[in-house]
Amino acid sequence: MQTDMQTPRVLITGGTSGLGLALVRELRARGARVAFVARTAERVAAVAREHAADGIVGDVAQKHDIHRIALQASGVLGGLDVLVNNASDLGPTPLALLGDTECEDFERALVTNVLGPFRLTKALLGSLAASAREGRGSVVLNISSDAAVNAYGGWGAYGSSKAALAHMTRIWNEEISSQGVKLLALDPGDMDTPMHALAIPDADRATLKQPRAAAVEIADAIADLLPTRSTVLRRAS
Amino acid sequence: MIAADRPVQRATDSKLLHADAAGRVRTLPRSSLLDLLSPGDVVVANDAATLPASLRGVHVEAGAAIEVRLAARASLASADVLRFQAIVFGAGDHRTRTEDRALPPPLEPGQKLQLGPLTAVIEQLLGHPRLIALRFDASAAEVWAGLARHGRPIQYAHMPEALQLWDVWTPIAAQPVAYEPPSAGFALDWQLLAALASKGIAFVTVTHAAGISSTGDPDLDQLLPFDEPYRIPPTTEAAIRRASREGHRVVAIGTTVVRALEHSAARFGAVVAGDGVADQRIGAQTRLRVVDAILSGTHEPGTSHYDLLRAFADESTLRCADQALDEGGFRTHEFGDSVLIFAANARTGRGASSPYTSRFLRAPDVVQESGRLSSAGRLVGCSS
Repeated sequence: MQTDMQTPRVLITGGTSGLGLALVRELRARGARVAFVARTAERVAAVAREHAADGIVGDVAQKHDIHRIALQASGVLGGLDVLVNNASDLGPTPLALLGDTECEDFERALVTNVLGPFRLTKALLGSLAASAREGRGSVVLNISSDAAVNAYGGWGAYGSSKAALAHMTRIWNEEISSQGVKLLALDPGDMDTPMHALAIPDADRATLKQPRAAAVEIADAIADLLPTRSTVLRRAS
Repeated sequence: MIAADRPVQRATDSKLLHADAAGRVRTLPRSSLLDLLSPGDVVVANDAATLPASLRGVHVEAGAAIEVRLAARASLASADVLRFQAIVFGAGDHRTRTEDRALPPPLEPGQKLQLGPLTAVIEQLLGHPRLIALRFDASAAEVWAGLARHGRPIQYAHMPEALQLWDVWTPIAAQPVAYEPPSAGFALDWQLLAALASKGIAFVTVTHAAGISSTGDPDLDQLLPFDEPYRIPPTTEAAIRRASREGHRVVAIGTTVVRALEHSAARFGAVVAGDGVADQRIGAQTRLRVVDAILSGTHEPGTSHYDLLRAFADESTLRCADQALDEGGFRTHEFGDSVLIFAANARTGRGASSPYTSRFLRAPDVVQESGRLSSAGRLVGCSS
């Protein structure tokens, strides 16, 4: 498949379920070239096949996977314009008060939700800046949460990690905007996803947002941050 | 010189040997690089990321352990990864000096090489018993996945520790098309790029498939550098055209940048955006059309990298520089210290109104005057 200047090249982490999968579907439907990362080889192969996307087996929480993911993504896509750090860890499940949270669970949330996005963004910063220099635009979108802002009991590990991610996003955006790379953290809202079911098993699913709807909003946000001539990601109106 | 044997890209005590357009040589901390550049100058770096191009495996027919080092392919296209030129070693790894490495079994077209998850077939020999054209029996996506999983960075005996990809990717590393790191770019970081921008110095890139630096075989080394595909983005063409029009300097970060820009300029009369394959050798006889200065690692005489420096500086300047590198305790190889050499006919970096600095500035009185420079750095006195 050839990519021209109009076809954004996107990498999505956590691409085989929930919001990540909905984003793979939405961005493919809008004509983007999409690669995605997830941990389970069988799921990766199935999603890659179904959506004609490039599947990468890897774990953003594993330091030694980061450059392999970056190599494979920038290699197979021939560059990278958009990185969506979506893969997340809830911390303890079922949710626990901080006083009852195992250190290992807190640590895993930080590694997956903060350190992983930091490492992957850093490994791909050269690719993203190259896209900006070429006038293609360059966006890092980090999936945040209202738990990053509000103090919800039981969401200590997750909320702290997402708050750190959101703040890192703002600082990095300040530092790197002169190179044309834009970073944004977005809260997609409470969605009907496997992760939400883990957190709140008895939630009324009818009140939850569908990941598909959140993916549409996120794709719109990405399109807004890309140069206006990159019309591919815009919804037909 | 001392071999840099630890993979530290930006040591705080990194040194810089500066040879100016008049051939005067002095040593500085590498952190003073920014001070040697002027507003309007254009800094051009190679943004290629480095492939894990060393693949351990088995020569299936002989049942013998081998190491295959991918060394070239026809283009930079992401789908064009089924066919490579490669150099084959026998058993062992980088901890043995390349010149002492065991030979592989005799190589013939049609033989199968099992390289971790990747299967390759030898398509032909390329004029040397260890230089092959191979074809991966896989899709492009499978090749990328296989390289990511099984490949290791190419490395040499001066660096015993196994290198990781993060060791060999420069901070600006983008598309993975280089076989060895464009290591002059190790000197760059995002802080420096921000400082360049605030000083009004343009930063642009080429993407150039930097090849392997040594094979351990004199006949093979004669063939280096192999043809190297490169890509010049439109913004780079525009920045260089502007510098040329306004009399500003073009500073290449690394030999591969010189090779790409000068190849394009020789072909089109000026640097033109687009893809090309650099197949020229640059040496003392080369007339530089574009590049005014090169930031490079320190290189030993006799290498193709060293030859390239002769396009910038004459024998006496390079001899003086070599002496300064030795006496100054400079560290060599890819993680070592740096040299910044301005071509004898480099523009002055003060814009269009300034006259070209030319060779006649090497008159003895000017060399004496240059003692003033010692306040900014240790001026090296060479008897030439």
